[in-house]
Amino acid sequence: MSKLKLQDTGDIILETRDLTKRYGGIHALEGANFILRKGEHVAIMGDNGAGKSTFVRQITGVEQHTRGDIIFNGKSVRFENPMDAREAGIETVFQTLALADELDVPDNLFLGRELVKFRLGPFSILDYKAMRERTLQALEKTGVKIPNLRNTIRHMSGGQRQCVAIARTATFHSKLTIMDEPTAALGVQETAQVENIVRTLKEQGEPLILISHNMRQVFDLVDRIVVFRRGRIVANLNKHETDGQDVVAYITGAKTGEEYQDAA
Amino acid sequence: MAEVSHGIGGLKFDASKKTWPNELNIFMALVLIVVIFEALGAMLMGQSLLFDSAGRFDSIFNEARLYIIILQVSIVGIIAIGVTQVIISGGIDLSSGSIVGATAMIAMSFAQTELVNGNPNPKAIFGPALMDLPVIIPILVGLACGLFAGLVNGLLIAYTRIPPFIATLGMMVTARGIAKWWSKGQPISFPTQDYAVIGNGLGGWMPVVIFIVLAILFQFILKYTVYGKHTYAIGSNEEAARMSGIKVGRHKVLVYAIAGSLAAIAALVLSSKNLTAQAGMGIMYELDAIAMAVIGGVSLSGGRGSIVGTVLGALIFGVIISGFTFLRLDAYYQEMVKGGIIVGAVVLDQWRQRPSASRS
Ligand SMILES: Nc1ncnc2c1ncn2[C@@H]1O[C@H](COP(=O)(O)OP(=O)(O)OP(=O)(O)O)[C@@H](O)[C@H]1O
Ligand SMILES: [Mg+2]
Repeated sequence: MSKLKLQDTGDIILETRDLTKRYGGIHALEGANFILRKGEHVAIMGDNGAGKSTFVRQITGVEQHTRGDIIFNGKSVRFENPMDAREAGIETVFQTLALADELDVPDNLFLGRELVKFRLGPFSILDYKAMRERTLQALEKTGVKIPNLRNTIRHMSGGQRQCVAIARTATFHSKLTIMDEPTAALGVQETAQVENIVRTLKEQGEPLILISHNMRQVFDLVDRIVVFRRGRIVANLNKHETDGQDVVAYITGAKTGEEYQDAA
Repeated sequence: MAEVSHGIGGLKFDASKKTWPNELNIFMALVLIVVIFEALGAMLMGQSLLFDSAGRFDSIFNEARLYIIILQVSIVGIIAIGVTQVIISGGIDLSSGSIVGATAMIAMSFAQTELVNGNPNPKAIFGPALMDLPVIIPILVGLACGLFAGLVNGLLIAYTRIPPFIATLGMMVTARGIAKWWSKGQPISFPTQDYAVIGNGLGGWMPVVIFIVLAILFQFILKYTVYGKHTYAIGSNEEAARMSGIKVGRHKVLVYAIAGSLAAIAALVLSSKNLTAQAGMGIMYELDAIAMAVIGGVSLSGGRGSIVGTVLGALIFGVIISGFTFLRLDAYYQEMVKGGIIVGAVVLDQWRQRPSASRS
């Protein structure tokens, strides 16, 4: 904790203090202290079940954490639901993708924040044309391959689904982007495209949390690597002061960061 | 962009080859069923079901039978509109028939005339102060009943995690109880002239007009409004809808409230058409409405279907039922066949989903 403490907190976009989540008796996340600075790209690595997605669900309002604090953009927050987090400026590609199978691509891109041409509360009238145009832009930006926008998600390949979910985050301006294993089902070219999107975010100075099992990708894209093990953060590594073997040692438990000794 | 390649990222897609809408299949099923009954009619009865074979040349249709089919379909069809959006949202509503009963009883008691042929109304529920009220009163009272029942359904389902099947089953029993308790089982009759218009106006076509107007309205709402989009989203993947920021609970309350209100409209139309309300009104209507929706391609697993489909499903349902009457099959057989149709439609729905079911 002491090592992470900052004199100047003005450049921190996201901080969690002692963030903890239990599912009944399961300690999925224990006392996570995490800091992300503005413009910084951080990878979260760790074995299956290490608590990475659980961590994401706590900071995006999908679930309510058991204990601890989340400070986003200088304010202590507790998002009641995912919409609050999106409105605050956190865009997320969830591991489960969160797509509605029976809807088509534009519908999914704008799900929960549809463009309307006439406001009438819940019965506001959709602006299909505008959503379609912006979808085309977003997909071109992300280089996604989809034969027919009107196809429902149900009829798409795993990779195409993932592309749609990624295009969704790229469509909206955000203060923080979180991607939970965004390239897990993607082919070589599509993975390269997604990595380009990530690089663009970096150039634009938009901060990112990237969850990935791909060591090459992580070392290519991010500044810092945070390792989760059995629900705890066990390492916080500057990319330039570590290497693949070192990270693997932390993931498997052969090593634990000195500031996290009590966690192991 | 080339003619054929409208796809994104260079993938080929021929935009001129639109996907075949399911509604067209259902329409063809309707045509097929009519043809079957016409054939059976010609063979067994020497008569036509829908076309006039009695030698009258002023019309090609057997108008009397068409009217009966359409009228029957219209009243349950109004309920089916509400049920359709409930099923699309991934739920089910078993309470609509009982809501019809309770609403009919309560609304009718605010619609009575004081004098029937110069004598006091023999079925009077309230004193003279609450008789001969303007027609808007029973209409609003009725709508409020349906809305309230629907709200209770929605709140239970959204916030207590009771499955829709159980919550609406509870409402089904409760609302029927209210219908019986309201006048201690006595029918309520003799409404005002104005009230009678709701179900008998426009030369008897009023129920049909109300049904068509509501069907068009809800087809539009489901397709072109945020409400509709969220209904489909919740039905196709509730968790995804929630993670995308849709307020799922609030939306469900609205869905069931609207379903309750539509059941109330059906109750107003039905009690007005019959000029009386009885505690047993609307029994089994919930199942007929569900059958209409499912026949019309509304998937019980949620996320799929349309009002157009349900309207076609309602017509199929109506043709089959009057087809059996026409063939002089016993009412017992009709009930059994009805059950068969519902199960058959669900099997068809499951089968339709199989080829592309990559995940549920
Ligand atoms: N809703 C839940 N109820 C009970 N246990 C849960 C729930 N969600 C997650 N868990 C448990 O919490 C632990 C952490 O899960 P999590 O999904 O965060 O892992 P992860 O690090 O994202 O793994 P992966 O790399 O496989 O995605 C696991 O042991 C998991 O079984
Ligand atoms: Mg995960």
